[in-house]
Amino acid sequence: MLQDFLNSAPIPLLSALATLVMLLDAMKRDGARIVFGFSVFSLTAAMAAAIYTMFLPDKTTAFNNMITCGGYGAYFDIVFCLGGVLTLLAARPFLLASNTEHGEFYSLILFSICGMFLIAHSNNLLTLFIGIEVMSVSFYILSGYLRTSRFSIEASLKYFLLGAFITGFLVYGMALIYGSAGALGYNEIYQAVQGETGARFPMILLLGMGLLIIGLSFKSAIFPFHQWAPDVYQGAPTIVTAFMSTAGKAAAFSAFIPILAVLTPESSSPVAAKIGMLLAVLSAATMLVGNISAVVQKNIKRMLAYSSVAHAGYMMMGLAAGSVRGASGIVFYVTAYMFMQIGAFILISALERGSEERYQNLEDYAGLAKKHPVMAALMSVFMLSLTGIPPFAGFFGKYYLFTAAIESGYTWLTIIAVISSVISVYFYIGLIVAMYFRESDVQEQDSRPGLAGISLVISAAGVIILGVIPQFIDKIAKSLF
Amino acid sequence: MSVTVLLFGILAVVAVASGISTVMSRNPVASAMSLVLHFFTLAGIYLTLQAQFIAAVQVLVYAGAIMVLVVFMIMLLNVGREEQMRENPGYRTIIGTALGVMLAFQVGKTAFTDVAGRHVLPPGSAVTGTTEALGETLFKMYLFPFEAVSLLLLVAVVGAVILAKRKI
Repeated sequence: MLQDFLNSAPIPLLSALATLVMLLDAMKRDGARIVFGFSVFSLTAAMAAAIYTMFLPDKTTAFNNMITCGGYGAYFDIVFCLGGVLTLLAARPFLLASNTEHGEFYSLILFSICGMFLIAHSNNLLTLFIGIEVMSVSFYILSGYLRTSRFSIEASLKYFLLGAFITGFLVYGMALIYGSAGALGYNEIYQAVQGETGARFPMILLLGMGLLIIGLSFKSAIFPFHQWAPDVYQGAPTIVTAFMSTAGKAAAFSAFIPILAVLTPESSSPVAAKIGMLLAVLSAATMLVGNISAVVQKNIKRMLAYSSVAHAGYMMMGLAAGSVRGASGIVFYVTAYMFMQIGAFILISALERGSEERYQNLEDYAGLAKKHPVMAALMSVFMLSLTGIPPFAGFFGKYYLFTAAIESGYTWLTIIAVISSVISVYFYIGLIVAMYFRESDVQEQDSRPGLAGISLVISAAGVIILGVIPQFIDKIAKSLF
Repeated sequence: MSVTVLLFGILAVVAVASGISTVMSRNPVASAMSLVLHFFTLAGIYLTLQAQFIAAVQVLVYAGAIMVLVVFMIMLLNVGREEQMRENPGYRTIIGTALGVMLAFQVGKTAFTDVAGRHVLPPGSAVTGTTEALGETLFKMYLFPFEAVSLLLLVAVVGAVILAKRKI
């Protein structure tokens, strides 16, 4: 039992610390500063624990095969914690500016990361479901955190209703898979699916797979289950959007990879090929819809929301490829995407500073280079990386995924991906053009990023380092499978 | 005839009677009360099937929590006696009857076809429904998800307070 706790150290550790953060907040009046400091410490401790478990031997499981330990899960733990720290640092100035700082915000972020840990570690559908719910419920609350804002409430309600509906799909899918395989554990399901090699693939299993894919597609905002994303990402507090659209998406994909590996054991079997094709079509549609919709957006948060839909489409290419290269490509992309997207949203949150009107529309960014040259430069780095311009992380993310798709025979998918990347140039570079080459007559008062500056610098550094030496993370990502 | 069969017979008759009374009663409160009785008799039937845990959950969840919601709804909406429903048999009646006949047919077919070995319970199945067996599985095999659920409930409670409390 003790060995189980040690092997899965990040999960119990962060759960305990998150609860402690909540208690600390209840005990200390006006102790938001201490709560904030302790939250950052908790995430750092969890990250250290994740690094400690990173080098466990392959296929280590704990608690009766309920979770896997080490390698894959630990890597994602580190990514989630990193996202959490970046968000927390930027959250404090954001919340102070809008005068809504409460300790609960920090503890909810920690709780949602606990949920993500469960998702990335799950080796059983039950654990996966609980993880998804812990994460989602935290997100529902966080997106409605600004209770006096109409948009925030709308986002929360919309997200909650749709999310609750999709939970039904998810549970139904799991139930059908259970009914067909007779077990909830990944290993047992894997064996049961492998036994079904004949022409008569059980319908129940197929239905269950379909429903499960729908559920996870919703969580990662894949077309046609992406409609909630623009509304929720726009309405939620910007700092929450930063966290949801990166760590939340990473968590959904961390569930996708092992689930598909279990459900389609041999990529040569007809069912696996069909599912691969289905994923490829979804991926193509997702990136086209995301990028084309982003072109016409006027609101920057909405534009980035659609762009995040498109990026989910790129990541889906790795799933469609169904190979180790595809999976490691997703892992790399998730890491790169974490830095660039979180950076862009944190930058917006630092500029808007507690007001829901400032720096919302694209035209507000005209002439930003004159007013805040550093901010404009950082924003350009993030935008160039999101586009996929070579020296930055986004380029190698796309490169790995595209080669994985070509190797698995999805050349047409890669062509569509390249076309949609070209479409995305329009709005990403359009923002840079507006910042540097257009004038604005609005005079701005000084807006210092404060602690958010640290997050921005870390994000930009991550984007550049991943772009200059991608082999390092790529090697780690390959070693996970 | 053993006691179990006798008990089952009584419970079944009461269950069907209370079910009919739920549907037929014109007074919503009387309807709700019949439903409570129905849930209790169902719990009794589960007991005769050796499923103590499900019986307890049936009472707690259905007869307890869900019925409270129903009664609250009746109170809040202040529903009085139901208006006389239109008597012409609409499509609802037809579909309902058809579905009912189908269900009765299916139940009858299952009950009267003799599958070999159907009446022989697999070994160990008598204990799977007991609270003891359930606790054993819950706290040994599924200990981790069981503990993880507490996290989910905690988040939900915190969220309810944050979103609903007037002043935080």
